[in-house]
Amino acid sequence: MTGFALSQRQALLLLLLVTGVAVGLLEGFGSGYLRTLAALSLINVLLAVSLTMTNGFTGLFSLGHPAFMTIGAYVAVIFTYPAGRKSFAMPDLPEIFGSIEWPLPLAALIGALAAGLAGRLIGLTVLRLRTHYLAVATLGLIIVVQTLALNLDGFTRGGRGLTGIPRDATLPLIAVCTVVVIVLCWRLKHASIGRAMMAVRENEMAARCFGIDAFRLKLFAFTLGAAIAGFGGALLPHVVSVMSPKSFGLIMAFNLIAIIVVGGQGSIIGAIVAALAISLGSEALRPLEETLGLYGMTQVAVAAALIVVLLWRPKGLFGLDEPGVRTE
Amino acid sequence: MSDYVIQQVINGLSLGSLYALVAIGFSLIYGVVRLVNFAHGDLMMIGSFITLGLVASGYTPWVVVPLVVMFGGFLAGGMIERVAFRSIRGAPMITGFIVTLSVSVALQNLGLMVLGPQPRNFSFPALFRERISLGTADIAIIDLTIPAAAIVLALVLTLFIRRTRLGIAMRAVSENMLAARLMGISLDRIVFLAFGLGGALAAIAGLFWGGKFGQIDPLMGLVPGLKAFVATIIGGVGSVGGALLGGYVLGFAEIAFVGFLPPEYSGYRDAFVFALLILILLVRPQGLLGRDEEERA
Repeated sequence: MTGFALSQRQALLLLLLVTGVAVGLLEGFGSGYLRTLAALSLINVLLAVSLTMTNGFTGLFSLGHPAFMTIGAYVAVIFTYPAGRKSFAMPDLPEIFGSIEWPLPLAALIGALAAGLAGRLIGLTVLRLRTHYLAVATLGLIIVVQTLALNLDGFTRGGRGLTGIPRDATLPLIAVCTVVVIVLCWRLKHASIGRAMMAVRENEMAARCFGIDAFRLKLFAFTLGAAIAGFGGALLPHVVSVMSPKSFGLIMAFNLIAIIVVGGQGSIIGAIVAALAISLGSEALRPLEETLGLYGMTQVAVAAALIVVLLWRPKGLFGLDEPGVRTE
Repeated sequence: MSDYVIQQVINGLSLGSLYALVAIGFSLIYGVVRLVNFAHGDLMMIGSFITLGLVASGYTPWVVVPLVVMFGGFLAGGMIERVAFRSIRGAPMITGFIVTLSVSVALQNLGLMVLGPQPRNFSFPALFRERISLGTADIAIIDLTIPAAAIVLALVLTLFIRRTRLGIAMRAVSENMLAARLMGISLDRIVFLAFGLGGALAAIAGLFWGGKFGQIDPLMGLVPGLKAFVATIIGGVGSVGGALLGGYVLGFAEIAFVGFLPPEYSGYRDAFVFALLILILLVRPQGLLGRDEEERA
């Protein structure tokens, strides 16, 4: 981008202003449908930004986000589920948890902590793998977590899923969380640790020669990504009020990858733009899908769009750049 | 050996053969273009739906069905290569992987669009559904047909790769792409062939999968495809023998897990397979028969 560019402070103010006005308008005048759509799109932004941090900055290729989302969601739901229904829905739950009904932000943080812990333990082993071997191992992780969720039906009600989860995730809460994640990842990218991550992405050997502990950085990026994914995953069932083991699966992994590849792996603005475009775009196609009766069409369109972008611009829309913002 | 053990061994053999058939394709394609073709499992789905169409139409004699299915799989595999993968050949590995992932998602959802999400019953000629007694054990004929077919196909393929000009050209490309091209080998043709052969084997595996489990749906290729990839890694990527070995090791391991542990664990079989994958990748990333020639871990 030549010429006009915002400073980082101006960009932050713009982000706050746009999000604030949009949320204010939707809260004031929007229908329930629009508010839910905005909430889901914002959660997609949050997830995509965290994935572009894990995969884009450090050059990992993890598809494991949905696995950590599932962990975060089930752990959080344990703390928010109506106490009166727990003995029925989660019979295996230890008694101490039986009467707990905590506010969502606290529960989601616990979910994020659990997912981050799982991410750290899993990262210690799978991060020794590279490229598509890591991709397949993390895909396998999704299936492992889904299988566990399906079989631990004393906590999850198995394939029947949990219903009646309180709809505590309001639009303002989600907006605040999303902005916090964006700012966090932005600061990370432009701090020394982010520079070190990108050095690992570009040339791991050279980065290690400069004394960068590549494995530790990857582990950090993977763990933080897992924790944020767990947080996002914890918010989602509190928007739609249901959760099942198959809620977050391969399609979710694929859509998140599509978003960050289209936006440019490592570009935060790219991830935001692409997440909004894909969330709103596929919602716009849905009525068409329903009138034509061609379910699955949207997903085919996303897949085709991804292939076209890769052929046309292999580095995505923005590459590593943050267009319109001076980052020097 | 007790009857139960014999039955489980036959089960492992037949499941392993299915994994092996799909794994051979993974290996062939990886050998030629160094691409993990994520969409490979979905060719199984295509194969099983071609079978369903042929059987439902009722005109095709059932002896011809496998040949038509394999030909269809060959064309489908080759077409996918031509349409989606040719233009990204030589791109970074991750780009290639993302494109194969997109093709897989597109194929599954095209399947949902065209065929609908309901699983369909799949019936084979009565001959294959019968059971025979082997000693005192009771075995389904299909569970004997599958290993026999897999072994024959693997032998034919090995002969093709070892003896024919095209097979030799294929090995040359896999050894050194540049040198092979300098010898006048058409890369496009060889890559098409590798995808086609892989597609044919996956399609026939789809036919057998339907026959063994009795139901098919547009998403059926996903988990078996991933597991066949696990089998490829267990055996060592890049050789037919490795793919066969990996397929059987995984088939037996999975059946042993389900058949010899208390039944409350059997729900965890998929978790077990992928935990095994992570273990293998960490302990012996080149696989049982693989050469340690490149960076994987």
